[in-house]
Amino acid sequence: MRIYAICVYLFLYIPIGVIALFSFNAGRHASQLQGLSTKWYGKALDNPFVMDALQTSLLVAFISACLASLFGTMAAIALQGIKGPVRTIFDMLIYIAVMIPGIVIGIATLIGLVTLFDQLNPLLATLWPEGAEPPKLRMGMGSLIAAHTMFLMALVIIIVRARLAGMDRALTEASSDLYATPFGTFWQVTLPMIFPAVLAGFLLSFTFSFDDFIIAFFVAGSETTLPIYVFSSIRRGVTPEINAIGTLVLAASLILLITAQLLLRKGERKPR
Amino acid sequence: MTRRTRTWLLLLPAGTWFLVMLLLPLSVVLVFSFGERAPAGGVVPAFTFEQYANLPARWTAFKNTLTLAPIGTLAALLIAYPLAYFLAVKVDAKWKTILLVLVIVPFWTSILIRSYAWIFLLGGRGIPALLDWVGIEGVRLINTPFAVLVGIIYGYLPLMVFPIFVSLDRLDKRLLEAAADLGATKWNTFRQITLPLSVPGVATGCLLVFILLMGEFLIPALLGGGKVFFVGNALVDLFLQSRNWAYGSAVAATLVFVMLITVTIYMRLIARLGASRDDVSIM
Repeated sequence: MRIYAICVYLFLYIPIGVIALFSFNAGRHASQLQGLSTKWYGKALDNPFVMDALQTSLLVAFISACLASLFGTMAAIALQGIKGPVRTIFDMLIYIAVMIPGIVIGIATLIGLVTLFDQLNPLLATLWPEGAEPPKLRMGMGSLIAAHTMFLMALVIIIVRARLAGMDRALTEASSDLYATPFGTFWQVTLPMIFPAVLAGFLLSFTFSFDDFIIAFFVAGSETTLPIYVFSSIRRGVTPEINAIGTLVLAASLILLITAQLLLRKGERKPR
Repeated sequence: MTRRTRTWLLLLPAGTWFLVMLLLPLSVVLVFSFGERAPAGGVVPAFTFEQYANLPARWTAFKNTLTLAPIGTLAALLIAYPLAYFLAVKVDAKWKTILLVLVIVPFWTSILIRSYAWIFLLGGRGIPALLDWVGIEGVRLINTPFAVLVGIIYGYLPLMVFPIFVSLDRLDKRLLEAAADLGATKWNTFRQITLPLSVPGVATGCLLVFILLMGEFLIPALLGGGKVFFVGNALVDLFLQSRNWAYGSAVAATLVFVMLITVTIYMRLIARLGASRDDVSIM
């Protein structure tokens, strides 16, 4: 049994390890190990396309994770206090957002927004003052952030709601019995208790957005995110440079994710 | 500010976002799927079933998805169950969390890079070269259904382990002791107590993996080399290469429809088996 478990862990981690090992390859060929060096990391970090893509990915991930954590937490708190049709509708929306395959979300966002922009652009042009160049809505960083935020918001709502449901209601009741204002109760009682969940939601959202390929592939317009760059490089062939980028991305997300996991598990363990 | 206004204000941003970025786009897909292809690449509004009538043209993609998704789910289940059992029943409490986190974490990292790792391992200079070296020659692994299956198992194993672990972890260990005290063999204890009680976890795991596999694009694209393609690959082709939005919308709508049908039938079956649907959470 134990040996079996070790085998599965090896299966899970050997491919990651191989990528990491070969990223330190001194040789020019991707699959022949010829001494160790960090030169491919240097190459990758000097490549302006990589740095551009990285910058786009980080910006998109940060903004969407912030928006999703804020709006998602707000919605989760509101949903905690209500019953009836509004709650059912939100439950359904979250369910749809999570269940529909990412590829369908990507496609739908692409054709939905293009159609919407086709309607809005002439309207904007007429509203704009004579002489000035009217703004033109198109697919790009904005649509990418909007699409990611939608999906991540559903994720944050699920995580924060789970935490709120596990919270002792008596605490907020006691707080209002003691004449705390609703905001005071929120600030001093609810927020500190759900904070680990919100932070975990933020970290997960950030990683999700940063790693997302399929939605970005459809929605990013002419922007290139890091996963899009990696995908098109893989199409051209396996290079040590991709190994280096891959190792960096995996290492960064592993750190973020383990932090998120520990936060969530720490938050769950409540004294009884 | 009344309680009611506060609730509405809190829900406003999320609600608007879902409306514009989820419901509107999905409705557009549905509307377009009944439209006609415009010469320039857009869609002419219409009400025709022409696109749906044309679906058999992409039959191979549906067939591949509907065979490899269940096979992949089953394979992941067979590998995941013993591990989940080991983690839940055999492992010391203090190691449990860390070992579990080690299983889950790869799932949340970039599937793109994890699949790429297998291009590397299954490609000509990876495992085939090793096999060559020990005397087994001429094995080709990359760009085969086998490669796609390996990628699928690798990608989704963590998602299968977690729910099974949760249901086994909740299981009252005294039941196992009682069975042993009453003289049941290990196998009988497993068959009559552990296995039935883990059905909810197994059901959840299979459902999650199956749903995600139905929409898979990356794994077949990278490891199937254009020979093993899923509906997802057909969709990318239709929207980004041939720009046939009307037909692509019909394919996408059909995919979601097939998914809903499968999931509904599956839920019914599970409900009949007496399992609950709780705990679909994967964190």
